[in-house]
Amino acid sequence: MTTQNYTLTELMTVASAHEIKDGDVVFAGTGLPMLGVMLAQQTHAPNCIIIFEAGTVDSQLAHLPMSVGDPRNMRDAATAAGLNEVFSYMLQAGRVDVGFLSGAQVDRFGNINSTSIGFDPRHPQVRFSGSGGACDIACLAQRTIIIARHEKRRFPEKVDYITSPGWLNGGDSRQKSGLVRGGPTVVVTTKGVMRFRADTKTMYLASCHPGLTPQEVADDTGFPLDIDEATETPVPTLAELHILRQVVDPERVFLK
Amino acid sequence: MPDKMIELAKAAALVPDGASVSFGGFTTQRHPMAFVYELIRLGRRNLYLFGHSPGGDWDILIGAGCVKRVELAYKADEAFNTAGPRWRRAVERGEIEWKDYSNFSMVSRFTAGAMGIPFIPIRSLLGSDLVNKQALTAEQRATDPRTSPKKLHVMDSPFNPADRVVLVPAIHTEFAILHVQKSTVNGTIRIEGQTFGDVQQALCADTVIVTAEEIVEEAHLRQEPERNPLPYFVVNHVCHVPYGAHPYAVFNYYDYDPRQLKTYHDSARNDEDFHHYLEEFVYGVKDFAGYLDTVGGATRLDSLKAAPTFGYRPDLKRRRLD
Repeated sequence: MTTQNYTLTELMTVASAHEIKDGDVVFAGTGLPMLGVMLAQQTHAPNCIIIFEAGTVDSQLAHLPMSVGDPRNMRDAATAAGLNEVFSYMLQAGRVDVGFLSGAQVDRFGNINSTSIGFDPRHPQVRFSGSGGACDIACLAQRTIIIARHEKRRFPEKVDYITSPGWLNGGDSRQKSGLVRGGPTVVVTTKGVMRFRADTKTMYLASCHPGLTPQEVADDTGFPLDIDEATETPVPTLAELHILRQVVDPERVFLK
Repeated sequence: MPDKMIELAKAAALVPDGASVSFGGFTTQRHPMAFVYELIRLGRRNLYLFGHSPGGDWDILIGAGCVKRVELAYKADEAFNTAGPRWRRAVERGEIEWKDYSNFSMVSRFTAGAMGIPFIPIRSLLGSDLVNKQALTAEQRATDPRTSPKKLHVMDSPFNPADRVVLVPAIHTEFAILHVQKSTVNGTIRIEGQTFGDVQQALCADTVIVTAEEIVEEAHLRQEPERNPLPYFVVNHVCHVPYGAHPYAVFNYYDYDPRQLKTYHDSARNDEDFHHYLEEFVYGVKDFAGYLDTVGGATRLDSLKAAPTFGYRPDLKRRRLD
């Protein structure tokens, strides 16, 4: 029996970074995705190209940004302009391999809600920030990585508001909506790594984090989660943890 | 060329109650905050705001009761808080009218306005509730001509019926207020770092007011015209306002102020503390110089100054400030 020497937030961040390939063009949203993409750039994917919607392309991040419009994103960037340039010429034109998003709620088809809780958005129980660029990224990147803290209320059968389209109602419904590409390929959480069935586009548990059982993950999910094929998520290496803690987030902005 | 310099308070007084306005900047950078504080001191009401990802500029205006309706994509100071606290409460209490879009659709709407066309097609939004749901009633949409009667329109391309796009309506505002690094007295401006949606927002407004960190010589900016994003004749008024975006960052000049942001976010959680914040930092000071003194004066501001090789403050603490 080994002593766990990392937190589940750290494991989630490392697992999400593993989803980025060296050379990928990554359009990263705010929050946990900034942590994951900076870790990827500092470890196995030094040639990944980080785009932030406020206008920067290929930032060489020296300090963790607090915002996609942070002056830190100017660090050794290849180009800097505005939202129109990156949304139109990079994202809409199909030049972005990976959209990297978080959200308050994620449903079984990978639809994300970051707008409001409650059925009627005019009279919400809780109002969040709203889409920002998340809807655009989910619509127009070649594939989408979702990162989220795993709690039952955050993983409902249906989200209250589809801010960022995933596979919509499953099957070919995304394609039928008129979206030309993309869709979520993975959801990385504090409990496991979920992927989507090729035909139905429903989420299944691909791996469960060490120390948890697949059944525990299913019990903390608000829709039926297929756990039959779940393996165990690889633990972070000491090198990854060192870079994450000392280089990426030494201030513990996101890491607890 | 005309001299467009004007005092900040006089510039803010040009914006009447009920005006439609967009402010430059993006969540944590380059918002014209000094101008916003003047609008609050003037007691402006019923403003109609258009934006993509505003920050505390909108939040404090909403909290001070200056705003009737907004069209936006996002309202938060990103990692500094999860949603603008006064915005969140105004929505939950039904105190504000709003229309939700995404950042790409909002900046496309500003672009259409800037280009003088009525709408623009984009490939985003399809399948989302931004298409399927409305936060404004039909009556609310019909009663203000500045609100597009339709939020958007989904159509198949006339050139290829298998190609579906979303048409989003152009934005036209009465005012655009930008905070930039450099301006000349004539209104030639220089934006350093990300330009956000500032250029398009300026070009779809009747009146453009610029507040600038520095006033520089016309000849100096004209040495590199490719770095000047707007022709001076679209800028109507220029104000010299150093630290004019505080507590937000200005690339190459100063970083955001995590202490002031924390004070704001802590205060804005409830009505009483927010009222005290307004008393201390807005109503209780005579002008922006008084505000800068109240937030800590030269000592605080020097601690935020950008390091030349970074354009921000690399040693700035963002968490655990006590």
